[in-house]
Amino acid sequence: MTRRDARRQWITGMIAMAVATVIFIVPFAFIFLTAAKTKQDASRLLFTWPEQWQLWQNFTEVLKARNYMLLLAYFNSTLITVGAVAALVVFGAMVGYVLQRRRTGWNKVIYAMVLVGLMVPPAVVPTIWVLQGLGLFKTIHGMILIQIAYGLAFSVLLYRSFIATIPRDLDEAAIIDGAKPLQVFFKVILPLLKPVTVTLIVVQSIAIFNDFTNPLYYLPGKENVTVQLTLYNFQSQFTTQFNLLFMNILLVTIPPLIVFIFFNRQIVAGMTAGAVKG
Amino acid sequence: MTTRRPSPYPYWFVLPAAVIFTVLFLVPTVASFWFSLTRWDLINTEFIGLDNYRQFFKEPFLVQGLTNTVIYAVLTSGSKTVIGLLLAVLLTSGLRGQGFLRSVVFFPVLVSTIGVGITFSVLMHPTKGLINLGLAEIGLPKVGWLTEASLALYSIAFVDLWKGVGLATLIYIAGLAAISPDYYEAARIDGATRLQRFWRVTVPLVRPATVTVVTLSLIGGLRSFDLIWAMTRGGPGFSSDVLASVIYKQYQAGFYGLSTAGNVILFLLIALIILPLTWWFNRREVDL
Repeated sequence: MTRRDARRQWITGMIAMAVATVIFIVPFAFIFLTAAKTKQDASRLLFTWPEQWQLWQNFTEVLKARNYMLLLAYFNSTLITVGAVAALVVFGAMVGYVLQRRRTGWNKVIYAMVLVGLMVPPAVVPTIWVLQGLGLFKTIHGMILIQIAYGLAFSVLLYRSFIATIPRDLDEAAIIDGAKPLQVFFKVILPLLKPVTVTLIVVQSIAIFNDFTNPLYYLPGKENVTVQLTLYNFQSQFTTQFNLLFMNILLVTIPPLIVFIFFNRQIVAGMTAGAVKG
Repeated sequence: MTTRRPSPYPYWFVLPAAVIFTVLFLVPTVASFWFSLTRWDLINTEFIGLDNYRQFFKEPFLVQGLTNTVIYAVLTSGSKTVIGLLLAVLLTSGLRGQGFLRSVVFFPVLVSTIGVGITFSVLMHPTKGLINLGLAEIGLPKVGWLTEASLALYSIAFVDLWKGVGLATLIYIAGLAAISPDYYEAARIDGATRLQRFWRVTVPLVRPATVTVVTLSLIGGLRSFDLIWAMTRGGPGFSSDVLASVIYKQYQAGFYGLSTAGNVILFLLIALIILPLTWWFNRREVDL
């Protein structure tokens, strides 16, 4: 590389950095700064340094709002996310395992269902009708089951392609040693799936935690509120208190940020699955 | 028959997933075709034939929801594909601070859509918003990004691009990494310019990534609801309504049959766009 090339690359890098900072970082800086302001200061909506920092005060005020609704929302969202993701791991891996190991006509049906699950938009009102019939409407466990139903297709697809890399000899050895199908799966296969399981947990947790539409339809009611719905409800309530509204946004942004910092690699693996045909 | 050893991969492994998927996804989907032909209050149904569909295509604001859905999906998907590829090329070219830039572009993908929507509706505030203040700073007039009926949908599409382009970029970076450097080396020896290398080597060889990006973002765009709902609720008027928001509004108003008809229309629209596209993508692959 000549010196002129090197300089040009340095300049392009600097320009790219500056543009990216303005476009991608300013909105987040705006959230943070507004969340630290006083009520009057925040209501001007300006991108300025807070006249007076009151991050902690705003934090406690948001928590206390509407009788600690945000805490309840965090509890509900966590419950839904953990419950649904646990089931998605076990059930998704079981389907992917059978799908990859056993080749019969049924596989075509399963593949068709996976495609349907990825593509077809859920029919909302008929789903409410089914949930009501089963007594699951407006319940947390109903919501968990919905998230499982909607997330299964992606899980199966992810697991199937990974299981293809695990040699059959391993399950056959276990079978010869007298292991039952369930033992083979839970003791031999599932532990080997750990890398893809971590990816799946991270990607699905973020998707379910951030989900707004499904709780809006299937989980109405004050006692069932989830994190995204709280934010949505506060949007109309806090029109005069932008500092608290943005503190709330900051609080829902932090969990994905933490996950992003620790699991960057797994997120990338999960989200680019299928981009490269092998 | 009874003497045959059972398979070590029994089909009942599929059962838990199959039951949940069938009851909560397949049954409602199949039932939606029937309920879309009825007047329905969740308890009683009255068969009214295609009346819901007739009403759907007669009401101008419902038709607008349909056209808006297509505009929004094509616009967001197209821009994510093009900008995603360009960003991926830029971010694999060995720039200074490349890793940092990748993280910065990708992070919005993981953030709450509602949070992003609220933040940008404040930044797009007609008089006090940061974007208009910035425009005024360089002598440009203020724009009613979300308050002007002819603009609202496009402003939301821009925010969608801002939030989603990182995923397209990420997929393209993975696709680019899979291209053997030999191709570029050969092209360089043959005297291909930078631009020729991009069009003749990068674009054809990154095709699997393009297929993924286009398909994912089109399906996502056709179904999008939360960003639009957080930013304008379909307004001003019905100017930024899409099928998904129409479905929600009709549901809220208690028109369950009409809402379900909207759902069926959305389903047919997705199938009508995605299936031929997938078929076309696969056919082209055989040709190569």
